[in-house]
Amino acid sequence: MNAAIPTPAFPPSPYSSAIGKSNVESHTLSVLVDNEPGVLARVVGLFSGRGYNIESLTVAEVAHGEHLSRITIVTSGTPEVIEQITHQLERIVPIHKVIDLSLTKRSIERELAMVKVRGTGEARVEALRLAEAFRAKVIDATTESFIFELTGATAKIDDFVELMRPLGLVEVSRTGVAAISRGPEPI
Amino acid sequence: MSRQMTGAEMIVEALKDQGVDTIFGYPGGAVLPIYDALFHQNKVRHVLVRHEQGAGHAAEGYARSTGKVGVLLVTSGPGATNAVTALTDALMDSIPLVCITGQVPTHLIGSDAFQECDTVGITRHCTKHNYLVKRIEDLPRILHEAFYVASSGRPGPVVIDVPKDVQFATGAYHFARNIQHKTYQPQLKGDRARIKHAVAMMAAAKKPIFYTGGGVINSGSAASTLLRELVKLTGFPITSTLMGLGAYPAPDPQWVGMLGMHGTYEANNAMHDCDLMIAVGARFDDRITGRLDAFSPGSKKIHIDIDPSSINKNVKVDLGIVGDCAHVLEDMVTLWRSESMVADKAALASWWKQIDKWRARKSLGFQNSKETIKPQYAIQRLYELTKDRKTYITTEVGQHQMWAAQHYHFKEPNRWMTSGGLGTMGYGLPAAIGAQMAHPDALVVDVAGEASILMNIQELSTAVQFRCPVKIFILNNEYMGMVRQWQELLHGGRYSQSYSEALPDFVKLAEAYGAHGIRCSDPAKLDDAIKEMIDHPGVVIFDCLVDKAENCLPMIPSGKAHNDMILPDEIDDIGSVIDDKGKMLV
Ligand SMILES: Cc1ncc(C[n+]2csc(CCOP(=O)(O)OP(=O)(O)O)c2C)c(N)n1
Ligand SMILES: [Mg+2]
Repeated sequence: MNAAIPTPAFPPSPYSSAIGKSNVESHTLSVLVDNEPGVLARVVGLFSGRGYNIESLTVAEVAHGEHLSRITIVTSGTPEVIEQITHQLERIVPIHKVIDLSLTKRSIERELAMVKVRGTGEARVEALRLAEAFRAKVIDATTESFIFELTGATAKIDDFVELMRPLGLVEVSRTGVAAISRGPEPI
Repeated sequence: MSRQMTGAEMIVEALKDQGVDTIFGYPGGAVLPIYDALFHQNKVRHVLVRHEQGAGHAAEGYARSTGKVGVLLVTSGPGATNAVTALTDALMDSIPLVCITGQVPTHLIGSDAFQECDTVGITRHCTKHNYLVKRIEDLPRILHEAFYVASSGRPGPVVIDVPKDVQFATGAYHFARNIQHKTYQPQLKGDRARIKHAVAMMAAAKKPIFYTGGGVINSGSAASTLLRELVKLTGFPITSTLMGLGAYPAPDPQWVGMLGMHGTYEANNAMHDCDLMIAVGARFDDRITGRLDAFSPGSKKIHIDIDPSSINKNVKVDLGIVGDCAHVLEDMVTLWRSESMVADKAALASWWKQIDKWRARKSLGFQNSKETIKPQYAIQRLYELTKDRKTYITTEVGQHQMWAAQHYHFKEPNRWMTSGGLGTMGYGLPAAIGAQMAHPDALVVDVAGEASILMNIQELSTAVQFRCPVKIFILNNEYMGMVRQWQELLHGGRYSQSYSEALPDFVKLAEAYGAHGIRCSDPAKLDDAIKEMIDHPGVVIFDCLVDKAENCLPMIPSGKAHNDMILPDEIDDIGSVIDDKGKMLV
């Protein structure tokens, strides 16, 4: 290699590791889209068509007047793949903005889960006690069951669900991740 | 100012406002109102194709030979599905198209109505963007937005699906020349600091090479002019992809030929050994890079592209510049001049010496023959006899396509139209018709294979009807030659289903359609026969009977590196070159 060719001071991309040699990471992408028919199909189709992973996907309108929706996607891949995903998303015409929240390191992620647990006696008491520790709310109860409502980061909900498993876990419904950047500025 | 009119009238009005003079299409129940609106005017000429795929490729040929947006109009259901191959082709090769499809009326959508299909669903993956127009109020905006999206940034096909009731409905038509799109605003100017750095890297390079692609052509003729200027200023060698041929004049000594799987020895070796690669509007496709982990291992790489997703997609580069080729090249030329940059003359001299050694291998050489016409010879003669005219070349897909790319030397952009990304057999004839419609006085030749030409042979009828004097130059080797070559390479010469059995008599076929047929099998008579083809005022099929067993070389076999080519004078048995891993690749 010709050492005389100056190496660019700026990174070619936000990532600098060699292609194929880096590790798979989980990233949370926040995507602002025009809320028009088919936009979600375009996003999902991009992921299936190009073989990217979707670990979680949430979507809801966030500004009714402006027809803006926010899609939060948790995906995994090497940093190069994540960068590709970001750029491929940016090519979709009705997409306003794509932000990789995991790169900013300053974001908050939350999920809501509803967890149905069935049991009586000691297990039932234990479930209730754990729910309190996790600040889960009881939103439905019968003499032999509870439904808990819980919000938190994905890992916290995973933990709670695991704890409920031996105590009579029946089913779980989760919203998937919603995320936002910290501080006063929008993404 | 807005005027009241029907949706169908709006479509025709929008075409006029967009400066469209020719569209390619095929009628049907779901587009009858649009055909009626076309009937009442004579500004927009409608070319009736014989299959909707033909409409798409013709629109591509029109677009690529003019730099304008190509337009096609097809009916719902089968009309739309028939267009899908052409749309995909345009997406892969970044050709700006607007495709208007009819749809069943809105109240029938989803009911499995007659000739209903989910056009926006089907074409979502093969268009840059698509629209289903549900309300007449949205139609004018969508029509003009479609042209904007198709032609700005990295160009591509856009579908507008218009239900029949929307075509009949009445509304206010309006047209604003300058669209400020809400979300889609591609970046044209490159980052100044990055461009400055690129120029500094170029001045320091000892073994540089320009690697240019179809993006230079898409960027418009200014990009080609600026590229020529920059190449001359720096004295660097230049190679190009299949799609980029013509941006730089092939007869120039700084041109080292096409690169990639069937590129020249000097281009591929220079790519492998360079210390600085300047990629302009090219996308590091697998036909170009060969084995990725052995792709130009020692070089720093600059990549200029309008599509940020192309940068670092297949090959990691050192400096990415997002922007339109013409804009970035202009800044580079200006900087090189204003900063009085100079290339490393001594280093360049020894680099050129090395390149000349590779060149001396004459990798495009072939054993000519007095008995049979060698396909390479046929292209050489076609080039010599047409090079001083305004000539447009299209191709089908196969060996003939590669021979045309290797042996026809393009001097101007927009003169070469081929299906690069998708490799669509059947592209060439309709594309030639599209190019000829745009350039009625030019010579338009479709370099074809006897197998490919049969895939859209029906368009001969279109050519004859519209007095579109295209010349179909078939290199007839009686094989799907490229398939046969790979079977020789990979499968022990077992030519499964690749023999062109039961071929029509192409001369009689031409006559049956009202065209002129010529056949030639004697190398001594070839020149006269080609002249006869050129001089004939109408459509011609030239059945050029060539050597049946010729292989297209040089070649980088799949799974091999740039400096590991099969050369024509080195190899007796091509069946022994590819290992098991390479066989898995396409
Ligand atoms: C629509 C389509 N189907 C199949 C192929 C695969 N294919 C690539 S080249 C080729 C053979 C082409 O034969 P011919 O047109 O005679 O050209 P030659 O290679 O003999 O010059 C085939 C079948 C393709 N590229 N496109
Ligand atoms: Mg053939």
